[in-house]
Amino acid sequence: MRIEKAKEKKKSKIRNRLIFRTIILLVLVAAVVFALITNAEKDNTIYGVGDKAPDFELKQINKNNELESIRLSDLEGKGVMLNFWATYCKPCEKEMPYMQELYPQYNDKGIEIVAVSLDATEAVIHQFIEKYNLTFPIPHDNKNQVSDLYKIGPIPTTYFISPEGEIIEKIEGALTLERLEEYFKQIQPRQ
Amino acid sequence: MKKIKCECGHINPEGTVLCEACGKPIEENQHIDGNDKSKLLNMRYDGSARRSLTYNRSIIDKIWSFFSSVKVGVWLIVITLVASSLGTIFPQEMYIPAEAENRNPAFFYEDWYGLLGKIYYQLGFHELYSSWWYMILISLIGISLVICSIDRVVPLHRALKMQKPKRHETFLNRQRLFSGSKNVSSKEKQQLIENLKKQRYKVRNEDGHILAEKGRFSRWGPYVNHIGLIIILIAALLRMTPLLFLDEYVWVREGQQIVIPGTDGEYYIENKEFILEAYDDNDERFKDAIARMGGNVASNYQTNLIIYKNVDASIPGAEPKLEKVVEDKVFMNNPLKFDGYTLYQSGYQQNEFSTMSFIIHETDDPEEKAIDTFTVDLSEPETEYELDSGFRVVIDKYYPDYVLEDGEPRSETKFPRNPAYVFFIYPPNSKSPEISFIGIGKNIDATGENKYKLGISDFEMHDVSGMTLRRDYTLPLFGLGAFIFMIGVVQGMYWQHRRIWIHPKENEMLLAAHTNKNWYGIKKDIEKIISGTNIEMVVDQQELNELDKKQGG
Repeated sequence: MRIEKAKEKKKSKIRNRLIFRTIILLVLVAAVVFALITNAEKDNTIYGVGDKAPDFELKQINKNNELESIRLSDLEGKGVMLNFWATYCKPCEKEMPYMQELYPQYNDKGIEIVAVSLDATEAVIHQFIEKYNLTFPIPHDNKNQVSDLYKIGPIPTTYFISPEGEIIEKIEGALTLERLEEYFKQIQPRQ
Repeated sequence: MKKIKCECGHINPEGTVLCEACGKPIEENQHIDGNDKSKLLNMRYDGSARRSLTYNRSIIDKIWSFFSSVKVGVWLIVITLVASSLGTIFPQEMYIPAEAENRNPAFFYEDWYGLLGKIYYQLGFHELYSSWWYMILISLIGISLVICSIDRVVPLHRALKMQKPKRHETFLNRQRLFSGSKNVSSKEKQQLIENLKKQRYKVRNEDGHILAEKGRFSRWGPYVNHIGLIIILIAALLRMTPLLFLDEYVWVREGQQIVIPGTDGEYYIENKEFILEAYDDNDERFKDAIARMGGNVASNYQTNLIIYKNVDASIPGAEPKLEKVVEDKVFMNNPLKFDGYTLYQSGYQQNEFSTMSFIIHETDDPEEKAIDTFTVDLSEPETEYELDSGFRVVIDKYYPDYVLEDGEPRSETKFPRNPAYVFFIYPPNSKSPEISFIGIGKNIDATGENKYKLGISDFEMHDVSGMTLRRDYTLPLFGLGAFIFMIGVVQGMYWQHRRIWIHPKENEMLLAAHTNKNWYGIKKDIEKIISGTNIEMVVDQQELNELDKKQGG
């Protein structure tokens, strides 16, 4: 009798220990999973490939273009190249002529270029437009609203957005003519 | 599960090295703490059964015993150290310099560092500290810390609770401090007990066997310490959520009104004025110190500012509808708190122009008498200025931060730090302009035939304030963790767990003592306790051993 009781006690002790260890391990694993997920999500607050490009609206200041303001959601159905640049930025200056070179042809095929300028004053942007004869829409983000929304670091930074509004590619740094055309073909709406 | 019954009658859990009750070494387990090879007992965890060393039943138990090994913990720390240092070979992704032609990490590392850079990128070392495997390494250390602590504190607590004053003879004579005294009278023994109490020992008596103990709570120091560390780890975990922690920096110019980064476009900041004050060079108190520093020592950095909230939560970029939240001044050690955010004064720049005024005069007028004047507002320069005198001035080119690079003028930044212009000046009733280039310290006549000349007559400058925005709800948790950590350190450092055992035999009285640190202290204690009695002073058997070895060798 006594031996049986002792055995019973022993058994329940082992079970309790197992439950205790399982709970502790589960709590620890949960904490690790939480850490990994929040870390992964942190990257997502900077919009990247696969995300829907967040909407914005800015005044358009390029006099060679008839649009008065740009609202990203209005461009749905078109492939959009969303470029962040400034006049003082050398790599931006390098890729701008390529963008202009391809613009008329690809604009007819349903692609829009939105080149958001992060300059401080309009005057310098107008000079730049004149120098390179740019015709695509150039909105001016003078309150840092849109660059804050997209968490833009150094420029140029370019997003290629599908006709459905999804970010297909994010490029940091200047593009060559060939690569630019390649990306245009990727976001070109099907006829 | 096998239990071990000691000859004193106590039943010990499997894996026990020294009987929990009487301390007699349990023969078959002496290898665990290496007691079989030495004369002295290893008193680690009081010879209690560390669970991890014994059961290995289910998968849970196996995981448990893996993490409960201190060896594993140390290796995890070493691996993490090595991995951390790998991340410092090349810059991390966020520190890729802005002047890099292509900042895409896929190109950058190979471009700048060649093959090694390519490998570095492919192994994912460019974002090492936020990589999943690095975080798992850190978490494994945390898990090891928790399990090691639980696995040791429970049996140790049990062993210390179970211990009985009556100890086996071998337990006593294999302690480091030991003595045997003959002919001790009961009066002397009584004296001894009183002395122990005077030294604030807790004395327990069982059939004349005595256990005197003090400072047991210092044994919990390391575990309290670990609890503090675990709280700090949890705080670090919570810090990763932007909801609980935010750290942003924003440059805002006097008069400028911009969105505060990190607030999702909800808050705007307007810089009313930046103030930089210096100590008076002639102040009697500080005169010498200031002279030593070469003069001009700042006494105050301050920004007067207004915080606005965008109440029209419509689309970003649209003209915001701003409502004033607070207008205040921010200076050193006086940050501004609003709606859970804290704003600190953390930097300034003083090299930007806000307006520039020009005069037009005839080129060959030695007195440079102004025919007309105009002012360019650099925050919003116009392209054309119609003047009353009939002159028309057109800004053909404007470089806010002028540099000459490879013979070509350009602007280095967007900020008006070194403004320069190409002006077209149309004299009254003239269709053809005269061209002038003007900058700071430059006034160039392109053709050399200009009849009219421009001169800078006046300018205003503005300051830029650098503000740090923080939201940190995890700080109290860090504080709590650090506080508990310190309690643990103090508990373990400034107290020692000292025990003295007395074992009466027929003609002899055995005395043994153990402490977890500060052996000198316990020897002093014993000296005081046996003073006035016939009892032999304890001998340090470890020192004797070492002495023997030296002489023998």
